[in-house]
Amino acid sequence: MPILSYREAIRAAMREEMKRDENVVIMGEEVAQFNGAYKVTEGLLKEFGPKRVIDTPISEAGFIGLGVGASMLGIRPVMELMFWSFSYVAFDQIVNNAGNIRYMSGGLINCPIVIRGPANGGTNVGATHSHTPEAMLAAHPGIKVVCPATPYDAKGLLKAAIRDNDPVYVMENTILYNDKGEVPDEDYIVPIGVADVKRAGTDLTIVAHGRAVITSLKAAEILEAEHGVSVEVVDLRSIRPLDEETILASVRKTHRVLLVEENKPFCGVDAQVAYIIQSKAFDELDAPIGRVSSIDAPQIYSKPLEDVQIPSPARVVEAALKVLA
Amino acid sequence: MSNRHLTTAVAKPTALTHPESLKNPAGPSAFAKDPANAGLTKADKVKLYTQMARIRHFEQRCIRTYQQGKIGGFLHLYVGQEAVAVGTLSVLGKNDHLITGYRDHGHALMVGMDMNSCMAELQGKATGCSKGKGGSMHYFAPDKNYWGGHGIVGGQAPLGTGIAYALKQKGLKGCCLVYMGDGAVNQGAVHEAYNLAALWDLPVIFIIENNGYSMGTSQERSTAHPGSLAKRAEGYGMDWDLVNGHDLYEVRAKTAVAVKRAHEKNRPTVLEIFTYRYFGHSMADPDKTYRDKEEIKGYREEKDPIKLWEKELLNEGVLTDALVASINEAAMEEANKAADFADASPYPTVESITQDIYWEEDNRGKDTTSRGTIIFE
Ligand SMILES: Cc1ncc(C[n+]2csc(CCOP(=O)(O)OP(=O)(O)O)c2C)c(N)n1
Ligand SMILES: [Mg+2]
Repeated sequence: MPILSYREAIRAAMREEMKRDENVVIMGEEVAQFNGAYKVTEGLLKEFGPKRVIDTPISEAGFIGLGVGASMLGIRPVMELMFWSFSYVAFDQIVNNAGNIRYMSGGLINCPIVIRGPANGGTNVGATHSHTPEAMLAAHPGIKVVCPATPYDAKGLLKAAIRDNDPVYVMENTILYNDKGEVPDEDYIVPIGVADVKRAGTDLTIVAHGRAVITSLKAAEILEAEHGVSVEVVDLRSIRPLDEETILASVRKTHRVLLVEENKPFCGVDAQVAYIIQSKAFDELDAPIGRVSSIDAPQIYSKPLEDVQIPSPARVVEAALKVLA
Repeated sequence: MSNRHLTTAVAKPTALTHPESLKNPAGPSAFAKDPANAGLTKADKVKLYTQMARIRHFEQRCIRTYQQGKIGGFLHLYVGQEAVAVGTLSVLGKNDHLITGYRDHGHALMVGMDMNSCMAELQGKATGCSKGKGGSMHYFAPDKNYWGGHGIVGGQAPLGTGIAYALKQKGLKGCCLVYMGDGAVNQGAVHEAYNLAALWDLPVIFIIENNGYSMGTSQERSTAHPGSLAKRAEGYGMDWDLVNGHDLYEVRAKTAVAVKRAHEKNRPTVLEIFTYRYFGHSMADPDKTYRDKEEIKGYREEKDPIKLWEKELLNEGVLTDALVASINEAAMEEANKAADFADASPYPTVESITQDIYWEEDNRGKDTTSRGTIIFE
């Protein structure tokens, strides 16, 4: 099977969907002539031309809103945000307009927009550029949110997102862009709302999403090698819809749970996951649910401190041992 | 017939109108005798030179430190644009304030922030101006009327307008300079700020540092305009002007007019200052595709604001070659010392991650009004 980087996988998803459906257009800052701030859209202008791949001014509220409007008429815009942190200047369009239009029109209007871009800390760029808004956005019914951790999932989820008839927000991660993995050539999608067991185990379930999955897999290896613990890692992949069944099946198997995410803890995704587990599998638990998230402060700039702030394999191991104690 | 009124619309210009003086940058400045400049002593002029030189040497030292791997994240350099910060800020008085975007080092040094704490901030050290919490894009020094250092394009425009409002509300005769780039003018927040400033008669000066590009996008590809970016001010009934940002005398003269308008009439102004950045958008930009090497060379050789000011002052007999050399040497030395200081400084402590979030949390006591847990982990 071909090996692609996470970046190439996302690009491949866009290429294939642009070929498949002429209504798919790409818009964003520096996506066309500059080939993308992170080179995710490299070559797409050349291949599809300026009618399909469009550079925008630095007007997120304007161009995202324009994309929402265009999607109402059947265009399938794939909007790139240079950072999801910049979505905050377009919040009304992203939440109020895209998220509510179907409901408020009694189902008369659909909004098949995709907004994608990196949403992560860990890159030493300070608080304004390090937001992880998946929990905040997923809190709004009408919106779908996915967070791929691997090249395979990145491609499959983005293709599913582009074909989806509702707004789907894809949270990528700049630190993962160079990660490599197997990605099939043939057409496939990863259905939105299906979690994936990235590692099977029997003693402890770790539930994670985005880069926290990679961190958790590293921690699982350490736990196995140094502590003889068999860890199952469940990758949520999709935050909303959420795959309750896969989470609960794993809990029924291991009876111990650690939740890991790069969000700040307050009202994080894992707050919801913990609630679901205790309400639907309370009797299965042999220990209180553990949790690792970013230290609860705006993102610190200083790199060595930021590395402490976001979850590391060492912190996951430490927390796992507490749950297992 | 029903659309007849549209036929009078002017065709959309693609090229910007530039200030006259930009065409012949090497000539003596037409603004040398302007009232804003007439009172400058020799020492004042030398100081302006020194301030520009300090910014340049600081930035050049930053490049080295970045290449040594000691600065991460984003680093947006001000090299080429020095006359904008130095010229505009040099006409301000004690109740005048400023706020800018992420290309903020030049303004910081000009208002008197010291190189040590600025360099330490870039290296994420506890001795940095923001204790290592802000980084290159987020410098602050409220004691020097410097309100940042803002990472989100255009986000500073309403803030600066609010500072102007606060000055007026408190009955202080001051104004706020709000700096932004030529790409930032397309943020909605900027237009909302324009409207508020004009509607409420606020003493604010919006300064567009037009360096021709927003990242890899040339100004022509990003912005519809009626002949200039500043002219959009007319839609809000604001005064505006075009400024040659390579001529320090002109920058001072035209800023002084806007400051007077703010102080005396509480009226806002938009100034579009033409300038140029010599390096990529940030250190992460290889700067290979979107502009001509020749274009950069042309600016560096013919319009360099420091060289032009140097020439002006050599002609006036204010500077000598020896003085030029010693000023530059001292600036370089100061920048090197700042890098040493940053190297020797400690990183912030882990405990400090959860400090400075809430005033309340840092000042827990019987006077604080909230209870409960506000920081988790
Ligand atoms: C809302 C928002 N969108 C995008 C960015 C990313 N970004 C940072 S600087 C920049 C270009 C700004 O260009 P300009 O306003 O001309 O200022 P210059 O960098 O030339 O000083 C962009 C797109 C951002 N920081 N904030
Ligand atoms: Mg610019």
